[in-house]
Amino acid sequence: MADKNKLLIIAEYSQNRIHPVVFELLNKGRKLADKADLSLSVLIAAADNIENKELNELIYHGADEVQLIVNKNFSYPDEYLFKKAILNFLDSKQLEIILIGATHFGRSLAPGLAAAMKTGLTADCTELEIAEDGSLLQIRPAFSENILAHIKSNTRPQMATVRYQEFTRAVRDESRKGKISIEKITLKENKSLKKVEKISDQKINITEAEVVVAGGSGVKTREDFKMLQELADIFNGVVAVSRDIVDKGLMPRESQVGYSGQRVKPKLYFAFGISGAPQHLAGMKESETIIAVNTDPSAPIFKAADYAIEGDLYEIIPEMIKKYKKS
Amino acid sequence: MQILVLIKQVPEMEKVQFDAEKGRIDRKSAGVEVNPFDLNALEAAVKIREKLGGSVTALTMGPKRAESALKEAAARGADRVFLLTDKNFAGADTISTSAVLSAAARKLGDFDLIIAGEMSVDGDTAQVGPQTAQFLEINHAAYVSEITSVSENEITVNTSLWEANYSKTFNYPLLLTVTKDLNSPRLPSFKDKMKARKIEVEKLDYEAVKNQLQVKEVGFKGSPTWVENIVVPQKIERETKVYNKNETEKAIADLKEILAAKNLMEA
Repeated sequence: MADKNKLLIIAEYSQNRIHPVVFELLNKGRKLADKADLSLSVLIAAADNIENKELNELIYHGADEVQLIVNKNFSYPDEYLFKKAILNFLDSKQLEIILIGATHFGRSLAPGLAAAMKTGLTADCTELEIAEDGSLLQIRPAFSENILAHIKSNTRPQMATVRYQEFTRAVRDESRKGKISIEKITLKENKSLKKVEKISDQKINITEAEVVVAGGSGVKTREDFKMLQELADIFNGVVAVSRDIVDKGLMPRESQVGYSGQRVKPKLYFAFGISGAPQHLAGMKESETIIAVNTDPSAPIFKAADYAIEGDLYEIIPEMIKKYKKS
Repeated sequence: MQILVLIKQVPEMEKVQFDAEKGRIDRKSAGVEVNPFDLNALEAAVKIREKLGGSVTALTMGPKRAESALKEAAARGADRVFLLTDKNFAGADTISTSAVLSAAARKLGDFDLIIAGEMSVDGDTAQVGPQTAQFLEINHAAYVSEITSVSENEITVNTSLWEANYSKTFNYPLLLTVTKDLNSPRLPSFKDKMKARKIEVEKLDYEAVKNQLQVKEVGFKGSPTWVENIVVPQKIERETKVYNKNETEKAIADLKEILAAKNLMEA
């Protein structure tokens, strides 16, 4: 194994967990590594020792090697510090590919790493393949999601950030074996960052919900969203909104679906009073089933939907609640 | 405060036509505009200057027609505007773009603050900001949605990372990439536009950065990534079952069965 080149996943450890995108990267990463004859490593930087039980999960999901570096300053997201620490730790000679989850932190950290290593980086990939020449083919949407660009790098390591919820989780296999190493490291303080504090957790996480009940400009007041919430509750779902609702200050930004908001891929997506601008469709078009309700039958959302109901959401939602609620 | 704003001219995304058969972007189908996120960056810079004094410089790299983006930046409050344009710069990916922007930033002055949009709507990478910071060896804050305080010595911003909102206070120099939540860019007045027409767009070519960068480090030659192929996906139009306005009751009843069959009703 020692002489094999590496595919390295740089993992995000946040909210007291290994971010779920890491387990999706292990799925894709394992396949790429096998095809290109690479070993699969995971590097985690965290403030405290992570229990072996949690690190073992990475092995069970496909990693050959897990390296944990520990320093108390990793307790907050300081890209500058993480970048320095990772660059110090990495031996780039053996690195063939580096994958990083395209979370906000990943997309903020990866570019600096790539620039420091003078190597290519492809943002927010939705597909990765090993090409016939053995190099990494990186596929990503561009032009506001209108095209798919197929990109290659002529430097090593080949780096990509990879979109969350694009690949399925790796299959867990408890019989898998691998190596775990833990190293406490020292770091110079980042003098430019004078103060950092968490203000709030993002209370609303619409990206992981199986059912999303979304409202757009057809929903008139903040109060009216209670009606959408009531419908969402029936499905154990969450309420989301289109951009103009956020612009009007009716609902928080975290619940916005679309190009400049969150991308969602639920089993069921309700679009109430959403016209379906391309920017909105970019955030939800991959939902399994889409139900759209709109008074305007020519609204573009109807073409993107599986079921389109022409009508007033103020009549239809209460009726749905009545009919769908378990008595 | 000396502030630099990074600008990109992009196609008007709502109008661009994509040819799925030929796998082509028909750039001629649309006009050009300033990348919408960059307007938020510029507005933030102008507001800080209004509070603390100093000057706002706008910088872009692009073909000669990108002058019009800089004229607009001037109309919206930039004091000086610079266009990096040279055939050697063409075909640049994010690294070589950032290398040239950072070299130009060094040449143009001692900036306290550099502000850019969170990403461009044509590239969608969000990489040029952080990479420019790396080349300048300074800190950056990405996805900034609010500037909560700003003074001569430090700036405090809100940014969303790790599924949480963080407040960060930095010394200068610093680079920010900003989201649309940061502010609502003001429209330039007629007077502003007239004034901007007279402003000189100062041009910088490879000569301007040659002390810092070799020819092989800029443009296509300096780009480790390249686009091998472009695919325009066929528009996914689903087979839609439409219920007209007299069929809503049936729709609600049908969907109850459909959703139950998909095991979505049990909760």
